[in-house]
Amino acid sequence: MTSNMQNNELDNSSRRDFIIKGTLVGGGLMLGVGALPELVFAQAVSQYDHNSPTKYGDAEVNAWVSIKPDETVIIRIARSEMGQGTRTGLAQLVTEELECNWKKVKTQSATPGHSLARKRVWGEHGTGGSRGIRISEDYVRRGAAAARIMLLEAAAKQWNVPVAELQVDKGVITHAPSGRKTTYGKVAELASTLTPPDPKSITLRNPRDWKVAGQPYARIDTANKVNGTKVYGLDLRLPGMLCASVKSCPVFGGKLLSYDEANAMTYPGVKGVVKINDSTLAVVADTWWHANTALNAMPIVWDEGKDAAVSQDGIDKMLRSGLDEEGDFWQRKEGDAPAAINSANKKIEAIYYTPFRAHVTMEPMNATVKISGDRAEAWVPTQNGEGSHAALSEATGIPLESCEIYKLDSGCGLGRRGSTQDFTTYAAKVAQKYPGVPVKVIWSREEDMTHDYYHPIAMAKMTAGLDATGNLTGMHIKVAGQSINATLAPGVIKNGKDDRQLQGFYEKGPDAQLGYTFPTLLTEYVMKNTHVPVGPWRGVNTNQNGIFMECFMDECAKAAGKDPVQFRQALMQSHPKHLGVLNAAAKKANWDQPLPAGTFRGVAQFMGYASYSACVAEVSVSNNVVNISRLVFALNCGHVVNPYLTREQIEGSVAMALGAIFNPEITVENGRIKQKNLDTYPLLKLASTPRIESVLVPTYDFWGGVGEPTICVVGPAVANAISAAIGRPVRNFPLSKEGLSLA
Amino acid sequence: MQLNVNGQIHNIEVEPNMPLLWAIREVVGLTGTKYGCGVAQCGACTVYLNGEPIRSCSVPVSAVGKAKITTIEALSKNNTHPVQQAWIALDVPQCGYCQSGQVMAAAALLKKIPKPTDADIDQAMSNVCRCGTYQKIRDGIHVASGQKKLADVLAEYDATLATRG
Repeated sequence: MTSNMQNNELDNSSRRDFIIKGTLVGGGLMLGVGALPELVFAQAVSQYDHNSPTKYGDAEVNAWVSIKPDETVIIRIARSEMGQGTRTGLAQLVTEELECNWKKVKTQSATPGHSLARKRVWGEHGTGGSRGIRISEDYVRRGAAAARIMLLEAAAKQWNVPVAELQVDKGVITHAPSGRKTTYGKVAELASTLTPPDPKSITLRNPRDWKVAGQPYARIDTANKVNGTKVYGLDLRLPGMLCASVKSCPVFGGKLLSYDEANAMTYPGVKGVVKINDSTLAVVADTWWHANTALNAMPIVWDEGKDAAVSQDGIDKMLRSGLDEEGDFWQRKEGDAPAAINSANKKIEAIYYTPFRAHVTMEPMNATVKISGDRAEAWVPTQNGEGSHAALSEATGIPLESCEIYKLDSGCGLGRRGSTQDFTTYAAKVAQKYPGVPVKVIWSREEDMTHDYYHPIAMAKMTAGLDATGNLTGMHIKVAGQSINATLAPGVIKNGKDDRQLQGFYEKGPDAQLGYTFPTLLTEYVMKNTHVPVGPWRGVNTNQNGIFMECFMDECAKAAGKDPVQFRQALMQSHPKHLGVLNAAAKKANWDQPLPAGTFRGVAQFMGYASYSACVAEVSVSNNVVNISRLVFALNCGHVVNPYLTREQIEGSVAMALGAIFNPEITVENGRIKQKNLDTYPLLKLASTPRIESVLVPTYDFWGGVGEPTICVVGPAVANAISAAIGRPVRNFPLSKEGLSLA
Repeated sequence: MQLNVNGQIHNIEVEPNMPLLWAIREVVGLTGTKYGCGVAQCGACTVYLNGEPIRSCSVPVSAVGKAKITTIEALSKNNTHPVQQAWIALDVPQCGYCQSGQVMAAAALLKKIPKPTDADIDQAMSNVCRCGTYQKIRDGIHVASGQKKLADVLAEYDATLATRG
């Protein structure tokens, strides 16, 4: 607790000093006081010689760690930061193994171009799928431990003593027999000349013995988020910069026929109009507002194509028909579930619906690109630095080696900035027309909302049989919906089968294993694609699959006359980790205790991103208005690198899920997205957000994700509580379709 | 045209219909005030007009006249406003993009109602946060108003944390 405050105060002042006294003021970039540490780095890297040096600076011990003579420890982070706290978490893991002083730690973002030049020494940069820490923790910790070993060896060399006689604490090295002391800052230069140890030879610290990792440390990047000085992509200003606004054909797949460039040129500040591709235009001006104003006024003629006739009703009917199609759709077939269900004492069937959803990152899509001669540079808020690197190279025809990406912290990512780097491509195409001039391309909110890669629409027909004693005889899960891979990675789809859409129903882990053992089971996915592009949206397919499975489990429990928790527990005996979080949530929520009259409970458990989640919701419903009085979460993510950050991710998941299950959906009208801004696609606000109680129950034997796993249990837990309250199951999402709203 | 921003008079040449937000960001050059929706729904563009919070994306610069505009950059020196202090102590922001607006809205609330109730907070804090920091925003306002002690709020957070297995 106290460390939280101390860290903040010390870190804030030191970081501010660093930025003020550092390279920014008077430097080439007009970034202002309090800009991102990454930009300091970006500037330094822009002078990086790609041919000779292999190191960032003289004080570099290895790729992960540089230590300055003033004891400042610079930790390199390859993953993107978008508010999820990965920067702080990875820095804690490095500090743990390095045994440096946390109060002296600063971070820099490794750039994709630099990484390429160093044979991808930092591994992958992609930050999605709740992978930021869990996929890189091993090599990051080994890198830090290797640096520690080299620093100690350097001290041992200087003193001519056996390294085994040295101890280190917070960057201070002690030789107890002689009483001598030195510091990391003093031996870093010598350490950087030593041969690094074999990473495989390193024994990492047991997480149960962690002193720095695992602690509720404050984020290392908060101070400039509360005074407006943090520079997001939208805020970037470079000398001579131009701004652009973009517009694509309102109907996906439509084409540009003609546009009145002369009209745009009559508007103040406009420099030109650029055709980015067959269906996208940009207006370039001195300011973005000038560009956007001219773009909105410019007459454009589109060939909207055949999909201009597509309606939401047509899409819904196509999905519904998929649920009745017979064919080779199965993914899991254990026993003969249809036969076991048909011959059961009681048959239960329910059809569920979940809609398209937009990401609506608070900071709209944007990128800034500058092309000078044979070199291209981009400043991009992205979840996928290497993806943007490739997009920049492809769009400009400039080899990867001559392209560089400076990642900016994103104003939300939510999956939108990961799989597709369309924003970088667009900015590159516009910048090509203005050699030597940086061009910042920003999408208006309307463009951002109507040209997203949406959460895929899906329906499910869930069927189960119960025997005379109320035990399940079989479970048949049939999902019809759009495939993310069909939009983004069609090559991985084999024979029309795409098991990504059945995330959470898998037989095996480690990512998204079904937590139930059914006597018979059939899972099927019927691919029904639309012309609307889809992509990962926080929680991806666990969102709808969690709803399908867990709402239906409650319907089965009710039909069996059994308690929803006990009904689940009986089917989870072979899945102790799933069961563990269910029990933890039920215990924290006092599941066995009676509730006040008018208040009802719902429960759900599901697995995603290698972590186990459960939720218990308490609600009351009056005149179709739902009041959530309590929300309890249990999460087992294996190792908890920072419990405060983990809590915050749970709270964020809840807000995103509640907004999604209650508020209006994204729909298609005349082939285009009907909702264009927050007035017709409202997001959850503070007044509707219940108190969230998080219970972390790590078992310290695996590495699970944190950003996404809990989102999928919010909807079903709340829906199950509502169903209990109103005495009928709710199956159509968002729940506005059921006539319900959130208080 | 003259614009009084943070106590400084700026002579600016802009079209009268330019929203105040864009005049502040692109002409005056203060980028702490954010663009989120452009239709006064999200509150990321919150600034004060003569001390009252407004959504600057939907106010044409011509309507401002001689009114005093205050942006997030001038809320305090060195993050010393109680709302900023509480925000840092509790680590309210996640991505941080909406937080200029959240901080401005919270500071305006405390000026009007020094000890706000939860209902007051519900009413005043209509800014959108896509990261979902709402619980901490509420806690932060209670701490900034002195109605809750920081240590008590952190103790509540700690109470649900795992003990080492």
